[in-house]
Amino acid sequence: MKRTIPLFISAVTGFVLIGTAFIPKFVDWGNDAMAWFNLLAAFAFILGGGNLLKMQLQKISAQQPGWGYAAVTLIAFFITLFVGLAKVGVNPSVKFPEFAWSGEFQEEGSAFWWLFEYIFYPLSATMFALLAFYISSAAFRAFRAKNTEATILLSIAVIVLLGRTYAGVWLTGWLPNEPIIGTSGITYSDFHLPHLSQIIMDDFTTPGMRAITIGIALGVASTSLKVLLGVDRSYLGSDQEA
Amino acid sequence: MKQSTLIWTMLMVFGGLSLIVIQFNRGKGEVYVREVPVEAKASSKTSPEQTYRWSTYQQVPEKEKGKPSVSFSLSRTLGLWVAAFCTLAIFSFLYGDNPLYKFTEAVFVGVSAAYAMVVAFWTEIVTNLFAKLFPGFARMSFLPDISENVQSDLLYLIPLVLSVLLLWRLAPKGSWIARWPLAFFIGATAGIRLISYLEADFIGQIQNTIMPFIVFDSKGSFLWIDSLRNTIVIVGVTSCMVYFFFSIEHEGVVKYISRLGVWFLMVTFGASFAYTVMGRIALLSGRLDFLFNNWLGI
Repeated sequence: MKRTIPLFISAVTGFVLIGTAFIPKFVDWGNDAMAWFNLLAAFAFILGGGNLLKMQLQKISAQQPGWGYAAVTLIAFFITLFVGLAKVGVNPSVKFPEFAWSGEFQEEGSAFWWLFEYIFYPLSATMFALLAFYISSAAFRAFRAKNTEATILLSIAVIVLLGRTYAGVWLTGWLPNEPIIGTSGITYSDFHLPHLSQIIMDDFTTPGMRAITIGIALGVASTSLKVLLGVDRSYLGSDQEA
Repeated sequence: MKQSTLIWTMLMVFGGLSLIVIQFNRGKGEVYVREVPVEAKASSKTSPEQTYRWSTYQQVPEKEKGKPSVSFSLSRTLGLWVAAFCTLAIFSFLYGDNPLYKFTEAVFVGVSAAYAMVVAFWTEIVTNLFAKLFPGFARMSFLPDISENVQSDLLYLIPLVLSVLLLWRLAPKGSWIARWPLAFFIGATAGIRLISYLEADFIGQIQNTIMPFIVFDSKGSFLWIDSLRNTIVIVGVTSCMVYFFFSIEHEGVVKYISRLGVWFLMVTFGASFAYTVMGRIALLSGRLDFLFNNWLGI
C-alpha cells in the first residue's frame, strides 16, 4: 500500500494527461492539472519552510557549532513571514478602499517591499555577482589551448566576449567598409568582432543548441515513461520511512 | 591570529569606518521621497459614501531636495545603508570565510525561504485555492474584485486534501502518506512535460532543421550566403546527433562526423561560457554601480 497506491496515482495522472493532449474535448483537464500542480508547489514551499525551521531548531537545541547563525536565520525567517502575511504597511486598493486587506502584498513602501528591495535583492544579486570572480579565476587557470577542441572553445569564448562588449568595437572598429580584393561582396568590416560574434551565435551555435535540445527532449520523454510505467521508483524514497 | 589576517582585518575595519565618516560629512547615502496624496471613495453602493485618504511616497533624485512635498525618508535611507552593508558583507567572502559573511548568509537563507512562502501564499493559496473554495469569504476579505456570481468550485477540495497530505511529511509518524501527493506531482509533471517537450523541443527543432541546402531568390538567382548558412546548420545538427548516438561504434566515417559534431558543440559551449561570464559581470557591475552611484554618490 505504501508503494502501490503512489505508483498507481502517478501512472493514472500521467497517462490521463498524455491522453488529454490528443482529445480536444479534454484539453482543459491539462490546465486544471497545472493549476493543482501549482497549488501543490505552493504547499511544498510551506513544507520547505517547516523543514528549515525543524533543522535550525535542532541546531540551536543541540548547541551545534554556529548555532548563533541558525538563530539569525530563524529571526530573519519569522520577521519576513510576519510582515509578508500580515501585509504590514500595505495600503488598501484604490478601487476598494473599505477593504483593508485588498492592497498588493508587494506594494512599494510596505515592509515586505523594504525587505525585498534592501535585503533580498542585494544579497541574491551579490551572491551571483561573486561568481564572476570565481569563473574568471577558474577560466584563467583551466583554459589552455591543449588540443583542437579546447582551442575552438577558447577562441569562440574570446570572440563572443569581446564582440558583445564595447571592446570589440574599439579593437576592430577601424576595419574599413571596403571589399576585399578577389572576393565577391565580402568587406573588411565583415570581420568586425561584433559581426563575427553575431555570425557565431546565429549559424554555429544554433546547430549545437538544437542537438542538445533534441537530446534533452528525448531524455525527458524516456525518463517520464520510466516514471509512469513504474520502472523508476526513486521518487518514492526508501521503505524504511515511518 | 596570523599577522597577515590581523593587518587585513585592521585595514578593513579602518576602511569601513572612514567610509561611514566620509558619508556622513558629505551628506550622501540619503534617500528623498515625494508625498503623493491618495483619495479613494468606497466602492459599496449600499453603504453611505465615504472617502478614504492616505499618502504614498515616490523616490526622487537627491537634487530635488528642498522642493515642496519632498522630504527625507528615514526608512529608505536606512534600507540603502543595510543594502550597502549586505553587499559589502557578501563581497568580504573574497577575502575569506568570515563572521560577517556568515551572518548575511544566514539572513539570506531566512529571508529567501520566507519570501518564497509569502509569494506562494498570496499568489497561489489565496488567489487559486481560497478564492475558488470560498469565493464569498474571499470577496469580503482579500479579493473584493471577485464577481458575486462566482460559486464554490468543490473540485479544488482535491488539491487541498493532497496539499494537507504533503504537509504530513513533517509529522513524526505516517510520513509515507506524503508520497500520494508527491506521486500526483510527479505523474502530472511527467505527463505534461512528455508531450510538451516532444512537441516543442523534439519535433519543433527537427522541423526547423529541415530546410533547403540550395537557396534561390524569387528571380531564380542563387543565394550562396543563405545556402551556406543552411548547410552549416543542417551539417552541424546532423554531426552533433551522430556524436550523441552511442549505439554504434564511432569508427571510420562515423568517427569523423562525430568529431565535427564535437567541434560544433565546442563552439556552442564557448559561446555559452562567454554569455555566462557576461551575465555575472553585468550583475557585478550592477552591484558596483549601486555602491558607487546610489550609496556613495561618486
